[in-house]
Amino acid sequence: MELLLIILIGLLYGAGVYLILRRSMVKLLLGIMFLGTGANILIFLLGGITKGKPPVIDEALKMFQDSYADPIPQALILTAIVISFALTAFAIVLLKRVYALVDSDDLDDLNTPEEEDI
Amino acid sequence: MKSPILQSATKYLLPILLLFSFFLLLRGHYYPGGGFVGGLVASIAFVLHSFANGPEETMKILKRKPLSLIPTGLAISALSVTLPLLLGYPPMTGLWFEEPIPFIGMIGSSLFFDLGVYLVVIGVVLTILFTISLNNLEEKR
Amino acid sequence: MIDNHILGPVFIHLFTAILQLIAWRKTVTQRYISGIGSFLGVLVAIRLLSKVQDQGILTMNASNWESPFGIVFVADLLSSTLVLITSLAGLAVSLFSSTGINRQRMLYGYFPIFHFLVMGLNGAFLTGDIFNLYVWFEVIIISSFVLMTLGGRKTQLEGAVKYMALNILASTFFLTGIGILYGITGSLNMADLSQKIKLVNNQFLIGITSMFFLLGFGIKSAVFPLYYWLPSSYHTPPSAVAATFGGLLTKVGIYAMLRVFSLIFIPDEFTRNLLMILAVLTIVTGSLGALIKLNIRRLFSYLIVCHIGFMIGGIGMFTKVALMGTVFYLFHDILVKTNMFLIAGLIRQMRGTMDMKSLGGIYAQYPKISLLIALVLFSLVGIPPLSGFWPKVFLFKEAFNISEYAFVAALVLGSFVTLFVIARMWSEVFWKDVPSDVNIEDKYNPMPLARRILLVMPIALLAIATVFIGINAEVVVKLVDQIASQLVDTSSYVEAVLGKQN
Repeated sequence: MELLLIILIGLLYGAGVYLILRRSMVKLLLGIMFLGTGANILIFLLGGITKGKPPVIDEALKMFQDSYADPIPQALILTAIVISFALTAFAIVLLKRVYALVDSDDLDDLNTPEEEDI
Repeated sequence: MKSPILQSATKYLLPILLLFSFFLLLRGHYYPGGGFVGGLVASIAFVLHSFANGPEETMKILKRKPLSLIPTGLAISALSVTLPLLLGYPPMTGLWFEEPIPFIGMIGSSLFFDLGVYLVVIGVVLTILFTISLNNLEEKR
Repeated sequence: MIDNHILGPVFIHLFTAILQLIAWRKTVTQRYISGIGSFLGVLVAIRLLSKVQDQGILTMNASNWESPFGIVFVADLLSSTLVLITSLAGLAVSLFSSTGINRQRMLYGYFPIFHFLVMGLNGAFLTGDIFNLYVWFEVIIISSFVLMTLGGRKTQLEGAVKYMALNILASTFFLTGIGILYGITGSLNMADLSQKIKLVNNQFLIGITSMFFLLGFGIKSAVFPLYYWLPSSYHTPPSAVAATFGGLLTKVGIYAMLRVFSLIFIPDEFTRNLLMILAVLTIVTGSLGALIKLNIRRLFSYLIVCHIGFMIGGIGMFTKVALMGTVFYLFHDILVKTNMFLIAGLIRQMRGTMDMKSLGGIYAQYPKISLLIALVLFSLVGIPPLSGFWPKVFLFKEAFNISEYAFVAALVLGSFVTLFVIARMWSEVFWKDVPSDVNIEDKYNPMPLARRILLVMPIALLAIATVFIGINAEVVVKLVDQIASQLVDTSSYVEAVLGKQN
């Protein structure tokens, strides 16, 4: 399971970096989403995918050892998912507006020369 | 896309999904669920309705702009966060009624926090989706 | 000391934003609420700082969960002073934007988002939990995205795409770093981390993790190879927005670096050298960029980059005197950079352009305002006794002390380039006559007096703060001295959060 997740994280990060380096705006967005997902799975993996291991309760007490897992990685991932949801939604709206204005998907076309500044 | 099957299905699905979202909101304190998930389910119900009948129809059921849900929800959440301060506890401390209330269970300040999150999520999601879809409609005309 | 009220500055801005959301589309009401809210924010921040000075580091355990299990908020001298300065800059920008932002943008919710941004900044300064810091960072960047795109002109959206992509990337690096850190130590509380990180066997892994944080904060604070998004986006939004961004956003990155590198990853030889190299290159590239720019705001954007290098250098040297220089420079920079962009906005109101080639004659037309602006420019250049002078003294002294001659050279270069570009700007914008082929459209002169006061007063307010820091340098140096000792020796911070150890 760990090995599978490690390979998955590597793939997601690799694909994310590759897509971010492309010139297309949609690929940029996809790359950002891949990186975010990769980071979430990384937290999940590093939080330890074991059954049990509750926080706060002393290990010697043997109470709830099987039924409760460490909730912190889950809380972190949940928060990160909510945040990336908001960011992605905003990014989609922004890129759509930019596409309507610039009429191009190419990031290199986003350069209004300095003379047109106000 | 106007499909009669989807239209008549959403007529029943909308209330059921809303009820389910409320169920998720209430059970969120100890079990999977909570304000965010509940809010998402509720907004999916409205999105489904707007798929079937068009966003204008959905706006009519909502009566007011979804944007106005955001300040309401934020205010409820912010008040439930700061209420413990008045009683001398740190912010976000859970304050609970002694006795459980039938059908709902224990009521505390964290429920109101979740309720605020629920409203904010519905407001934000619907605002974003309606902005995109209404823009598209205008562009088509 | 436990004090439940240290989140006051955060809540004030939260409630201000909520009230303004309720008063949606009533722009006049929103302006009043914004002014009052920001003013209350300053008062609460002053109270917080004086309390911290009296009683030492204050902490608050959110939800009554004891640290290190719950989220803890900590107000030490560094964070409470930064909260105060942020609130001051926020007040100035809030007053300025009541006239400097057009009605269209206010209708789309400029003011509530602005207050969410200030709330996020205050939260980021006050939190003592590394993941909570990430959440506040996200609050900041989401609000800044909206502020950046409000109005939706073409150049603005183009800048926003670059800004958005790089900032989300920075957050991802930061999140990855947090994930690895949690995996290694099993804790997120910064004070607890500073204890646990010493016990980790594999210090090599810790070094790699610290690089993730450096990368994330480096993008946010615009350090040398990662700064390109800044000059290509900061000149696009309205000046009040650019003032908030230029004055405050990059500085949060510096604050986070100070916090993380003083508490968790104490810089080793490699990190220190890396930071010094980055600092030198940041100063050099920033000043080279500033030399060729003729648009005022593009010029200021490069000056931000250049001066970020000064602070990074201070962190890189990591001695008490160097940190004093960095922290002092941080305070000075927030006030002055905010003011510079407000001045750019004022110049645009007066002349309708920010291109130095078609500007001119402002001194002849508005001598008093020009003298006020000159004061700010002097402070930026670092003329004694204004605020920009003192931190540089510390930085020079320490750089000579530990023989970082490359950094000394970069400091000299950065200071001279700043002097040169500001002098050029002064002669082009203020002294030179208006070029004969340019028709000026002066929107400032026909304005009613109240609105003119609202444009000039924030600049005067921040200028007074700068002069105050410069003249009362003794008090500030004492404060900065305490802050630097807290940064070098973090035991008081750890003790305040975790309680007495054994």
